[in-house]
Amino acid sequence: MRGSRKPAIVAVAVAAALAIAACSSSSSSSSSSGTSASSSSSSSAKVTLTWWNNGNTQPLLGVWDSVAAAFHASHPNVTVSVVPIQSDLFTTKMPIALKSDSPPDIFQQWGGGQEATQFTSGKLANLSSLSSAWISELGQAAAGWQVNGEQYGIPYDQHVVGFWYRTDLFKKAGISSPPTTIAQLESDDVKLKAVGITPIALGGGSRWPDAFYWEYFAVRECSESVLQSSIKAINMNAACFSQATKDLTAFMATNPFQGGFNATQAQTGAGSSAGLLANGKAAMELQGDWETSVVPALTANKNILSDLGWFPFPQVPGGAGAATAVLSGGDGFSCTTGAPEPACAEFLQYIDSTPVQEELVQKGEVGLPANSTAQSVLTNPALQAAAKAHSTAAYDAEYFDIAFPTNQGQALDTALADFFAGKGSNSTIINSVSSSSGH
Amino acid sequence: MARTQSASPAAGRDLISRPAAGARPPRPRRGLRKRLELTVLLVPPTVLFVGFVIVPMIFAAWYSLYNWSGFGPLNDFIGVQNYTGVLTGPVFHQAIEHNVIIAVLSVLLQLPISLGLALLLNRRVRGRTFLRLAVFAPFVLSEATAAVMWYELLQPGGPLDALLKAVGLGGLIHYWLASTSLVLYSVFVVATWKYIGFGIVLLLAGLQGIPPELREAAAIDGATPWQVTRAITLPLLGPTIRIWIFLSVIGSFQLFDLVWIMTLGGPANASSTILTYQYTNGVQRTEFGYGATVSVVLFVFSLVFALAYQRYALRRDTAGAVTRAVI
Repeated sequence: MRGSRKPAIVAVAVAAALAIAACSSSSSSSSSSGTSASSSSSSSAKVTLTWWNNGNTQPLLGVWDSVAAAFHASHPNVTVSVVPIQSDLFTTKMPIALKSDSPPDIFQQWGGGQEATQFTSGKLANLSSLSSAWISELGQAAAGWQVNGEQYGIPYDQHVVGFWYRTDLFKKAGISSPPTTIAQLESDDVKLKAVGITPIALGGGSRWPDAFYWEYFAVRECSESVLQSSIKAINMNAACFSQATKDLTAFMATNPFQGGFNATQAQTGAGSSAGLLANGKAAMELQGDWETSVVPALTANKNILSDLGWFPFPQVPGGAGAATAVLSGGDGFSCTTGAPEPACAEFLQYIDSTPVQEELVQKGEVGLPANSTAQSVLTNPALQAAAKAHSTAAYDAEYFDIAFPTNQGQALDTALADFFAGKGSNSTIINSVSSSSGH
Repeated sequence: MARTQSASPAAGRDLISRPAAGARPPRPRRGLRKRLELTVLLVPPTVLFVGFVIVPMIFAAWYSLYNWSGFGPLNDFIGVQNYTGVLTGPVFHQAIEHNVIIAVLSVLLQLPISLGLALLLNRRVRGRTFLRLAVFAPFVLSEATAAVMWYELLQPGGPLDALLKAVGLGGLIHYWLASTSLVLYSVFVVATWKYIGFGIVLLLAGLQGIPPELREAAAIDGATPWQVTRAITLPLLGPTIRIWIFLSVIGSFQLFDLVWIMTLGGPANASSTILTYQYTNGVQRTEFGYGATVSVVLFVFSLVFALAYQRYALRRDTAGAVTRAVI
C-alpha cells in the first residue's frame, strides 16, 4: 500500500538524515512569509489542532515542526500539536481513532478507496466549501482525495511512477535514448544483458512494486472510461485487464529482472532493488518519483542523482489507453468533523502554499509538489522529466491498491505478487478484487 | 495420585500448624494480614490480566462474528461466516502446515542440538563461560535485528553465497529466500540460530539441578559416561525437556517477526504462518472481523495444545511439584 512506501524511504535514509537534521532545525523563516493569503481565520478563540502525520524521522520531522510553528506565528490563536506516527501504524490507529470521541483534528491521508473506507466512519470533515477558493490551484491532483465528488482530503504532494535508469549503464550498453515502446525496452534489455548488466531491478519481496507492472499494462490496454468504471464497480472483468496479464506474461518471459527478485525488498539496504540501481548492479527500476530520496542513502556514490534519468512507461501497441497516461498517487491530509474550522482547512491551505511547497521540494521531502507553481524549484533533470510527464499526461490513473477500497486493493497486490512468484493465473488476479474470494 | 488428602493447601497447613491438643487458638490479626497480603499481591495482576488478556479475548470473539472494516459501527453480523472462511481457506491451511512443520522440526532438530550443546557446556571445558555466552547471544538480539541481519546474509550473491563459493561449495548456492521450496527452511534455520541459546540455557539450568552424587555413585558402580547420561541425566532432565518442548511448540505457532521482516510470508505464501496470514488478511486489508477470527482460531489451537500437553505430558511434573510444596 502507498502508506508503506514513504516510511521505508525515510527509514533507509536515517543515516543521511541524522547529518541533515542538524541543519534543518531552524528553517521556518521562508514559510512564515507565505501566509498572508491564508491568514483569514475569523475565530478569535484559541484552538489547538492535533496533527497526526507520518514524518516520524528527519528531515520531515523537522520540516513539519517548523511548518506548525510558522503557522502558529501567523495565526496566534491556532496552536498545532504535531504527533509523528510511523506510516504503517495508521492502518491500525485510524479505525480506533475514528471510532473514538476524540480523533485527531488532522491525519495522514492517501486518498482513493482507502479514504472512501474511512469515510464510512462519518468522522471525515467535508472540506469542499472551505477549500473552494483555492483548491483549483492543485489542478486534477485534488480529485483523488474526493469521495462522491466532495473533498474529504487534500494532497500536499503528487507521485508519478516511471522508469528510473542509469545513464552511464545505458551508454555502456550502447543505448542512445530511452525506449518508448515495450519492444524497444525488450531489445534494450538484450543489449544490457550482452554487457553483463541486469536490465531491471524489481523489489518483489515488498509486493507493491510488482503491482506497478501489471497496473501500467492495464493503464495502456484499457481506455480511460473502462478504467474508471472498473475501479468504481470494483470489477476487472473487462477484456483489457486480461490482456494486461498477457502483456505482463510475455514481458516476464524475457527475464528482465535480477535473479531472486521475489525476495528482494524495495528500499532497504544496498541489496534492495533501489540499492541495485544505486550501485550500478541493475540499469533500471520502475518506481515512483520518491526514488531520488531513496537511492542516495544506499550507495557511496555521491553523484548518484546525476547518473539517473527518467522515462515514462513505454507504449503498448494496440492498447486503448492513452500513451501518455501515468500511474500516480500522492500524500495528503484529512480533517475530522470535530476539528475547529476554518483553522483546520486553513492549515492545509498553508501546507499547499507556494513557499511551504517550495521548502518541501528543496529539502528533498517532496518530489512533485501538489501546488504546481512550486515545481519551478525542481533542479534534478530526472525529476523535471517526471514532473513534465505528469503535467502533460492525458490523464492520471491512481495506483490500483489505493484507488480500490483497502481490502480489495491489498488483495490485488497479493494476487500480483503471487503471480510474479509463479503462483496463480490471470483469473486469480482478475477475481482478487471480488469480495468473496480474496482470502 | 496417592496423596489426595493434601490436595487442599488449607488441609496441609492445618496438619502442620495445629497444636497437638486443644482448640485452635484464634489468630485474627494473622488472618487479616494474610487477606491483606493476598489482596495486595493478587488484585493488581488480576486487574491487568482481566483488562489486557480476558477482555480483549472476549472482544476478539465478538468482532469475529461481524464483517467489519474497523470503521463505522459493528452492524454487519455474519455469524460464523468468518470462521468458515478461515477454516476452509487453502491459504490458511498452508499457513498452519508451515507452523506445524516449524514446530515438528524444532523438536526433532533443535532439541538434540540444544541437549548436546548443554551437556557439552556443562562439563569443565576451557572457555566454558565464553562458549555459553556465545550460544546465548543470538537469543538476546531482538527478532527484528536478527531478521534484518539474516535477510542481508541470505541475499543472492551475499555473504553466505560468497562463503560457500570460497570453500568450494558454490554448487550449493540457491535463492535462499526467493525459492518457494526453500524459503520456509531458510527461515527455520534462522529461527533455530536465534532460539537455540534459550534451549541450552534452560537445559543447563536443569542439569545444574541434578545432584552430582547420583552420577558419582553410578560411576563408582562402573557405569560408563554414556550409561550415566542415558540412565541418570536424561531422565532427571525430563521435566526441563518437557517444558522446553511446550515453549518451543507454542513459540513456533506464534512465529511472526522473523518471517515478516525477512519475507512477508512470501514468495506466494511459501513461508506464511498463521500470524502473517492474520496480518495480511486482517490488518493490511482492514478486515478486522476476519483478523479477529484468525486470532480466536489460533487461541483455540494453542489452548487445546496447552491443555492436552498439560494433561498428558506435564501432569507428572506439575503433580510432583504440588506434592512437594504441600508436604
